[in-house]
Amino acid sequence: MEVLQILISGVSQGCVYGLIAMGFVLIYKATEMVNFAQGELMMLGAYLAYTFINVLGMSYIPGFIATVISMAIIGVVIERGVLRPMIGEPPFAVLMITIGLGFILRAVAGAIWGTETKTLSNPFTGSVARISDLSVGYENLAIIVGTLTLCVTFYLFFRFTRLGIAMQAASQNQLAAYYVGIPVKRIYSLVWALSASLAAVAGVLVAPVSLLEPVMGFIGIKAFCAAIVGGFGSLPGAILGGLIVGVAEQFANLYLPPGIAATTAYVMLLVMLLVRPQGLFASIQQKKV
Amino acid sequence: MAGSLIVKNIETYYGPIMAIRGVSLEVRAGQIVTLLGANGAGKTTVLKTISGAMEPQKGSVDLDGEPIVNLDPDVIARRGIAHVPEGREVFPFLSVEENLLMGAYSRKDKGVRNDLHAVYDYFPVLLEKRAQAAGFLSGGQQQMLAIGRALMLAPRIMLLDEPSLGLSPKYVAEIASIITRLNQERGITVLLVEQNVKVALDISEYGYVMENGRIVMEDTTERLKQATDIQEFYLGMKDEGVRGGRRWKQRKTWR
Ligand SMILES: Nc1ncnc2c1ncn2[C@@H]1O[C@H](COP(=O)(O)OP(=O)(O)O)[C@@H](O)[C@H]1O
Ligand SMILES: [Mg+2]
Repeated sequence: MEVLQILISGVSQGCVYGLIAMGFVLIYKATEMVNFAQGELMMLGAYLAYTFINVLGMSYIPGFIATVISMAIIGVVIERGVLRPMIGEPPFAVLMITIGLGFILRAVAGAIWGTETKTLSNPFTGSVARISDLSVGYENLAIIVGTLTLCVTFYLFFRFTRLGIAMQAASQNQLAAYYVGIPVKRIYSLVWALSASLAAVAGVLVAPVSLLEPVMGFIGIKAFCAAIVGGFGSLPGAILGGLIVGVAEQFANLYLPPGIAATTAYVMLLVMLLVRPQGLFASIQQKKV
Repeated sequence: MAGSLIVKNIETYYGPIMAIRGVSLEVRAGQIVTLLGANGAGKTTVLKTISGAMEPQKGSVDLDGEPIVNLDPDVIARRGIAHVPEGREVFPFLSVEENLLMGAYSRKDKGVRNDLHAVYDYFPVLLEKRAQAAGFLSGGQQQMLAIGRALMLAPRIMLLDEPSLGLSPKYVAEIASIITRLNQERGITVLLVEQNVKVALDISEYGYVMENGRIVMEDTTERLKQATDIQEFYLGMKDEGVRGGRRWKQRKTWR
């Protein structure tokens, strides 16, 4: 029974990694750059939710929606203002820019909300669902159900909507997308909007199980490991990678000394790079230049 | 009928390398015009400059009298220039039909369904494989898909970059006849870059010849076919007797 219990908390933690990892993958697939500020976007999302709900007194669901919309706008602003001017610069420079962006977001959050931890009011805390003699916190259930819903929505969006297919087209062959008249630059903005909203959802869902602080975005590094484990470049891979890392971490916490358990994500990354460098869901995709 | 293109004095660079050194050419509405030249002459770069994938340092490109130079390539596509690039650039993981519908991404009119059927009429094999991922098609089929997808844009003018490169003779003939039909039945103006010079001269009415980033010759295709340079370099029609003679002469000097 204990094993099942740990499995569930692993899955819930893994969902959070998976959501952030999906943000990495979305931006990478579309624009071939890695946004190392993805974890900080999650942190910002959590703080915005705190502002809407705790400070402005909105109730949970409207506050959640307001957060997602605000983060989508912030995503577009970042793409337009920071990344677009970098088009044509070497990938290394773009990478540094996103790392710098992470520093700036942490500093801004510290300046606005302070460095002491905060707690987001939410309807879940304390309630526990009992399934036979298994008890699952509502906040964990919310994470799992939220992630599942999002995955289904994303699948339907990319599979069946014109915009979703155009996003795939732009990521599969950028030049051909331009030649058929797809507004590729606008698509990139939308990808950032999508990716920042994902981060917002992750932030709001994770807030009840982790305190808010400017450095909470550091789990983005573990999510990055998860994305690579899953085969950077595949959305289902990102979720799966997240789940694997999340679950492994929970078991490591139980059976290994704490110092070693904390390195689980990185060990898994190393193992994956040695055993199967293309990741679990290797996309056969050869990017055309 | 629309689709006239006037290119004036463009100069285009790859970094410090000047690939196009002042090219001017004109394609009248409704014409098929071909752009010939050896590998590396700059043909692809000219097409890329017209469709906005590259920006020229100097010069102008006008579509039906309106300047289009320095616009983004997607904007130029929506203005009515469909560029079918060399190398069959399809969306490999989308289905054939999704590829075609992406060709009409910018269109809001009701003609899209009709045009989809028209593409399937021109290329029945695409109808057969409509649900397959485009990456699994053969080279010739991918080329047809690329042309069909360009057609879905309902373009005024099509830029075709070596559509028959690497295709079997059967496909070469089929693609040539389709280009002629698109021009006659749909009134699409065509600027054609082609390795297969004979086919290109046969289906076009006017031709330009490029060398080292410049236009070195232009004329009606009737007259180009008669030009000795073209016959020698591109059509391989050099008189055997003369060739033999030259070889003989060379031998003599070796001794
Ligand atoms: N990406 C590139 N970077 C640098 N030089 C290039 C590039 N592409 C083409 N060139 C150069 O530009 C010239 C024209 O090339 P291109 O337009 O592809 O010729 P063509 O299509 O007639 O074979 C060539 O000398 C080629 O070496
Ligand atoms: Mg070429």
